[in-house]
Amino acid sequence: MESLQRLLRETWHFYKKTLILVSRGSNIYYAWCFSLLAIIIVGFIFYWKQHEIGLLETNMTDQVSWGLYIANFTYLVGMAAAAVLLVIPAYIYQFKPIKEIVVLGELFAASCMVMAILFVMVDLGRLDRFWHMLPFIGSMNFPASLLAWDVLALNGYLFLNLFIPIYLLVKSYYGKKPNWKFILPFILLSIPWAVGIHTVTAFLYNGLSARPFWNASILAPRFLASAFCSGPAIIIIIFQIIRRVSAIKIEDSALFKVAELIAYSMFLNLFLLGAEIFKEYYSGTVHMASFKYLFEGLHHHNELVPWIWAAMAMNVTAFILFLVPSTRKRLSTLNLGCLFIIVGVWIEKGPGFVIPGFVPDPLGEIHEYVPNLLELMVSFGIWALGLLIFTLLMKVAIPIETGEFSHTDYERGVLTKKSMDYTASLYKIKK
Amino acid sequence: MSNKNYTRREFIRNLSVTALAGLSLPLLSSCSREEAEDFLQKHFLEMTGEEKERVIAKLERRYLEQYGRKFQISTQEALPETLWGYGLELSRCVGCRRCVYACANENNTSRYARQLHWIRVLRLKRGNLINLEDSEHYYAPETVPEKGFIYLPVQCQQCQNPPCVKVCPIHATWQEPDGIVVVDYNWCIGCRYCIAACPYKGRVFNWAEPNLPKDEVNPNVHYLGNRPRMKCAVEKCTFCIQRVRQGRYPACVEACPTGSRKFGNLLDPKSEIRYIIERKRVFRLREELNTESRFYYFFES
Amino acid sequence: MTLKSLRMRTIIPALAIILLTISAFSSLAVGAGQEFPVPPPPFTEGIFPCSNCHASMEVNRKKRELKDEHTKIRMHHAETMRWCLDCHDAKNRDKLRLYNGELVSFTESHRLCGECHGNLYRDWRAGIHGKRTGYFMGTGKRTYLLCAHCHDPHEPKFKLIAPEPPPFRPTDKRNVK
Repeated sequence: MESLQRLLRETWHFYKKTLILVSRGSNIYYAWCFSLLAIIIVGFIFYWKQHEIGLLETNMTDQVSWGLYIANFTYLVGMAAAAVLLVIPAYIYQFKPIKEIVVLGELFAASCMVMAILFVMVDLGRLDRFWHMLPFIGSMNFPASLLAWDVLALNGYLFLNLFIPIYLLVKSYYGKKPNWKFILPFILLSIPWAVGIHTVTAFLYNGLSARPFWNASILAPRFLASAFCSGPAIIIIIFQIIRRVSAIKIEDSALFKVAELIAYSMFLNLFLLGAEIFKEYYSGTVHMASFKYLFEGLHHHNELVPWIWAAMAMNVTAFILFLVPSTRKRLSTLNLGCLFIIVGVWIEKGPGFVIPGFVPDPLGEIHEYVPNLLELMVSFGIWALGLLIFTLLMKVAIPIETGEFSHTDYERGVLTKKSMDYTASLYKIKK
Repeated sequence: MSNKNYTRREFIRNLSVTALAGLSLPLLSSCSREEAEDFLQKHFLEMTGEEKERVIAKLERRYLEQYGRKFQISTQEALPETLWGYGLELSRCVGCRRCVYACANENNTSRYARQLHWIRVLRLKRGNLINLEDSEHYYAPETVPEKGFIYLPVQCQQCQNPPCVKVCPIHATWQEPDGIVVVDYNWCIGCRYCIAACPYKGRVFNWAEPNLPKDEVNPNVHYLGNRPRMKCAVEKCTFCIQRVRQGRYPACVEACPTGSRKFGNLLDPKSEIRYIIERKRVFRLREELNTESRFYYFFES
Repeated sequence: MTLKSLRMRTIIPALAIILLTISAFSSLAVGAGQEFPVPPPPFTEGIFPCSNCHASMEVNRKKRELKDEHTKIRMHHAETMRWCLDCHDAKNRDKLRLYNGELVSFTESHRLCGECHGNLYRDWRAGIHGKRTGYFMGTGKRTYLLCAHCHDPHEPKFKLIAPEPPPFRPTDKRNVK
């Protein structure tokens, strides 16, 4: 009872302190958080309209039945999988510069997972029936449906990427060493799990024989290759920001190592894309219609053509920037390359992947899909929510990592209070 | 003493937080008991006979309110020893679309604003039957058939190996014993994975609340077939499940002015569809996808 | 009058009546086309029974273009090889004439069409050719249609019909009619 009381007290103190941590910061921090909050609120208002009337309020139709939401979902799952690119060097190769920052990377993966799950939730027509998806309570179509696998995989990955960093941070908060025998299996599990979530998402598309654009064996490797480009790219940028606003020291060598890994992934990505393009264009069957729509335009429908070529240009440029050591090791070109990759892979893997799968549709109809204002606002809202969650997590995790925020503070405080009370009680007795 | 203060304060805090959480649940969920019942309604295949009757009674009441007509909602099961097959004679289809609108009228689909059709008639140039990419869906000539074209109506093919059933994450769509692929509209969450998976574009989605005028409803419905649907549920041709399980031809078969549409029981050697398969040259769309469709297209001889 | 002749006078007429009734009914049975229950043939109003006019008219077997009556009928059905009296019986205009001379009523006109269009007739009997309504199994009524219900026997080619409107385009989903 005594220890439970103490635990509750300590936990309450912890939460109080985290609230103080997240509510105090520089002006830039306040500006960032409030602007994100504003975007979130606008997004929510638009989502409510969609919830009331139905998905009619989006621009999706029977012909193109998945749009911006699922495009963003695909991209974000890839980003989340990229945390493994930090986990492998940190824990398997004990690469010290990365080992210090891997917890932050895992929290980033968790925020991406939250965003991905939210994107699926706003895409559902009947969110109020979500409980049908739960295993045992609902009627999950487990081995057959890839969406069921995806639900399990994504939630499992979210759990891992919250459990591991929280465990490590709590240990760090208490100044204790983590029990590696306990936590290392989870960490090692998260590596194949990360590969798994993105493979399952790829298989979701891959298994549809009705859509020849997606029914290519090369899809899962392509997904992994592009995931391992985009996620680390945004991690590089985030770590530079963290380096600037906090006391965490992230060595340049860590960033450059990650950039090197991105270079290899981008090569693989471009190679696999080239292989697909060769197969479609050389054999020249009817099934290349979707590729034609994407890269050239089909029957005067060419909405996506400028976008995909911009993405190709950005990807190739970024690849060169990352490959050449001198540009890789200069922060300005490194950041430029990262930006190119983030946008380029988003186009290639988001709209440039989901939409051509539906054009032309199985009966040959071509309908061009362009997201409308509501979809854009809801998407921005979800991205803002993910960024806000990540910011708040960082606001707590970084002080724990640097040792600023630790249990010793609390203990010191308690001891001080105890001695003050004792002194006061002495005075009372004397009176 | 200070310890007691802590525990009391923290206890009050914890209590208020849980109270807020507890109150918000019923506030967030709908207010009425019927809506709560709707929320918790089971999957059709898991309902007992009594539960089904309760649900049917609730729906009949609701439809009476909404449309002012007494609905007859059947939950008739599949007849024994039946496997429905459909035949369509391409040499006779003239592309008049009477089947499309007969189906819409029979099956209470949304119309006018938010129009939904279960049948789509494609116009193909003569010389091409398989490459559907060159099809025209929106032809609107003065008269049909037009010279140099043939017409190919497509609807849900009631595959024996349905990709849509495979991919549905919650078993909201399944294949009945008589071969009809059905949807439990109250179970569907609207993820539209089945629409992405169908190679024939047989399934359509209610993007909003369906628009069905009161004076155009058909009150003879089946729970798994043509009862009026709700927003964000997937729907498709059900071979007029409300008709065929009583031995009647589907609405499209009766509407076709050239008699191009044929229907029957594949397990009955004397049925029309068996006659067609045994004597005519039949083919099915996208046979290479192994969907084992039950929709046989054929020509005169 | 002997008892024998009385019996003869009652029995023979009775037998005759019985025989006549039986033959009348059987001919009705054969001629009614109960094998294929069809709706009434699509006659122009007032045209049937043809014998109302033709019973009193002289039979002219010469192949010619009709000028006085039936001028609205345009013959586009192997008109170089046949004319009216090849199908319509010359003596009894209420019946059609098969090739072997047998007379069939209009409710069995499919037998006449089937003489030349054998393949289609076989399909029609199986229920494959032409429209069918009603019940395809069980005890409900299944309706066949006569050839003449869809094909005008004098001009059988299917006329062009106006199609129903096309579906709304996906971008028109909010269009209100």
